[in-house]
Amino acid sequence: MAPLTLSLAPIAFFAVFFAWPVATLVGRGFWGEDGFTGQAVVEVLSSARTWRIIGQTLGQAAAATVLAVLLGIPGACLLYRRKWPGRRLVRAFVAVPFVLPSVVVGVAFRSLLSGPLEFLDGTFWAVLAALVFFNYSVVVRTVGALWARLDTRAQDAARTLGATGRRVFWTVTLPALAPAVAAGAALTFLFCATAFGVVLVLGQTRYGTVETEIYFQAVTLLDLPAAAGLSIVQLAIVAAALLIANRARARSERALRLRGDAAEQPLTGRDWPQVVVTAGVVVGLLAAPLGSLLWRSVAVGDGFGLGNYARLGEAVPGLAVTVWDAVGNSLLTALLATAIALFLGAQVSYVLSRRPASALGRRALGALDAAFMLPLGVSAVTVGFGFLITLNRPPLDLRTSWVLVPIAQALVALPLVVRTLLPTWRAIDPRWRQAAATLGAGPGRVLATIDAPYLLRGLGLAVGFAFATSLGEFGATSFLARPDRPTLPVVVYRLLSRPDNFGLAMAACVVLTVLTAAVMAAGELVGPPNRAGALS
Amino acid sequence: MRKLFAAALLAVALAGCAAPAATDSATASPQTAATTDAPTTSKKLTVLTHQSFALSDELKAEFAKASGLEVEYLALDSAGALVNQLVLTKDAPLGDVVFGIDNTFAGRAIEAGILRPHATTVLSADTLAKYAADDSSSLTPVDYGDVCLNIDDEWFAAKKVAPPATLDDLVKPEYKDLLVVTNPATSSPGLAFLVATVGAKGDPGYLDYWKQLAANGVKVVKGWEDAYYTDFTAGGGKGTRPIVLSYASSPMYGEADDGTAPTSALPKTCFRQIEYAGVVKGGQNEAGAGEFIDFLVGKAVQSTIPDQMYMSPVNPEATVPAAWEKYTGVVTAPIEVDAATISSDNERWIKDWTQVVVG
Repeated sequence: MAPLTLSLAPIAFFAVFFAWPVATLVGRGFWGEDGFTGQAVVEVLSSARTWRIIGQTLGQAAAATVLAVLLGIPGACLLYRRKWPGRRLVRAFVAVPFVLPSVVVGVAFRSLLSGPLEFLDGTFWAVLAALVFFNYSVVVRTVGALWARLDTRAQDAARTLGATGRRVFWTVTLPALAPAVAAGAALTFLFCATAFGVVLVLGQTRYGTVETEIYFQAVTLLDLPAAAGLSIVQLAIVAAALLIANRARARSERALRLRGDAAEQPLTGRDWPQVVVTAGVVVGLLAAPLGSLLWRSVAVGDGFGLGNYARLGEAVPGLAVTVWDAVGNSLLTALLATAIALFLGAQVSYVLSRRPASALGRRALGALDAAFMLPLGVSAVTVGFGFLITLNRPPLDLRTSWVLVPIAQALVALPLVVRTLLPTWRAIDPRWRQAAATLGAGPGRVLATIDAPYLLRGLGLAVGFAFATSLGEFGATSFLARPDRPTLPVVVYRLLSRPDNFGLAMAACVVLTVLTAAVMAAGELVGPPNRAGALS
Repeated sequence: MRKLFAAALLAVALAGCAAPAATDSATASPQTAATTDAPTTSKKLTVLTHQSFALSDELKAEFAKASGLEVEYLALDSAGALVNQLVLTKDAPLGDVVFGIDNTFAGRAIEAGILRPHATTVLSADTLAKYAADDSSSLTPVDYGDVCLNIDDEWFAAKKVAPPATLDDLVKPEYKDLLVVTNPATSSPGLAFLVATVGAKGDPGYLDYWKQLAANGVKVVKGWEDAYYTDFTAGGGKGTRPIVLSYASSPMYGEADDGTAPTSALPKTCFRQIEYAGVVKGGQNEAGAGEFIDFLVGKAVQSTIPDQMYMSPVNPEATVPAAWEKYTGVVTAPIEVDAATISSDNERWIKDWTQVVVG
């Protein structure tokens, strides 16, 4: 009974704040003024432009995924398999782009692409670089978490039998890592295929995704049938990516012999390829755009200064608040969103960590697992507009309530919390629970004495992810009716759209980045040193 | 237990499937019938605005005191999304009064029947005639801003190139690769500039003009902040384009202590964006909404509009800063296209524009 009861609250939350609004909005595309009609949807699905965009979405996502995997595997080795001071801080740092709002990333990249790199601006390569910038850590984490816990005895045996280090990697290590690589690639593909803001900014008019097209149809043209048709396409792509990720994950859990704790080896001279590649990525791809934000925040007139930072505490004309007030609003909202995401995520991940004996049970769990990942892959426009047309009656008339902001953010953070906590739950040997139960402990007591201590170990990272995600969340938030309590990304956006506040906007971006990095670092550093932070 | 579990999942799926039908029956209920009668009143007033709305705390307090209303201000999205959000919530409005619908979206808002006419007595008939979207009083003009090309005068002086002045100049070889504009599909100044080219070159003549612009290396970016702060040579970034789509007022913000600005607007390339306020039909407080609109166009609020919202007041009685007058006053004859034409054709313009410029 326990798993069912535990999944009730998350399912209810998910149904009310996600499934219902999204289904209603998509439904509007089919049920027009004159009843049911699929014609408009068919129309958009048979237009050449739609298919060009679908092709572009898939091509972009595939290219970015390949690149992220190629760069991410050396990174996973260096950050999770090798022991060197500062590795956990670098792990935290590489996760920062993943949770930054795209409005910040867009500015950062375009600042970098003006000047000597201008020939890249508006090209496929710029879009690709930004997609890898966002998703590098997804591959690093997913692969690294498995790699850290990989039993080394097979590799040792191969070495003893005379295989070179390279041969061991290609014939033993890589095949063992394959499921994690596939899972990480599928997640990366999912995020790339649904990328929005950054593609709009960097792809300019030439490159789009299904997501940018949904925005264009729904917001600029208010063509809901077209948006609905595209939303269905997007759901299909997302579902396929999730299915592949799930399959891959299931295989990794079955086939591998894993250690409970990470085994790190000292860094040696032979690691130079990983060091070069990873340093190149971290400095050239991740740090450089963020550095350009910092540079523009201190560029004052013809020189440099901290004037923009001094203004963070001043009320900006036209904004009811100072930047620091917005930081306060953001922290409060993120705190609430984190609480919701953790409360629900702990339950969902616990249920998902069960291994039902029957095929039906496993399938049900698989469906549940995929369902809770969907908010990551469904357009913010669809969810935001969906809220407007569903949550309009008591007791759920929340459309103008401030509470909807943390709820929307929790929805986005929830999948990450689930993914982060899941490996922790699974690391618990079920025999301990059985032993405790045999000794007379009730389900609650088993949970409190066996599971809870383990859960606390994964909690730091889950809190970090949830908190940082809600700090940076902008997509869904920007479609809600917000009382005058703007969060930091909203303030950045507003400052950017005014003629005389660019430097202040950059300073606010830097504050947001530093805050995000601090939260991720804290999440990474809480808990035992060898725990591998996973996104399984 | 497993069966129960599957049942729970099924329930979720069913709830999802059933929802559209449920909403449909709700929309069919005749709850809008009441709006044809006297305006509704309430002790509360909810003001819906776009992201860039700003009103000082003193003026907010002044309105609350004078009207005796408890006022809540809600920010929705940018101008385009704002109208769509209102259309979607037609049957259960989010608020009572809306500010921030501009003339590129006004036609759609009026057509969708989401507004209740309000004839303000604060603005003169002349002012209303000059700025109104149509003659229905559905939307009251509040402020306007001229979207104009801006040039970096220092760049042109240093390169010893004569600066451009008109739209026709931009397709000349000496200005190749010098212009950056924003995408009309994602940016409101971008849409304004597209409309300006339609106004100046006619329909479908504007498409030929854009073909020439594309051949002459026009760069199209997502939003104003991209164009101005990154691509423009005088925007603080390392931009390479000395002609940018911006506002008539933009040069003012770069003014040096000696009263000269390194950039200037080209007054013959401007389109006037007018922002309106309207009473939301079916809101809880239609009477209060009218009062609020009258307050917005009154002298006190109008005089703060340049500082607070970077726009020009429509009310000629308003006092504006001298510098504001100096820079925005250069635009005497903006390119005009009426709101009804924009609303009926802008979708086609954007689509055709995308075909021509993006391919």
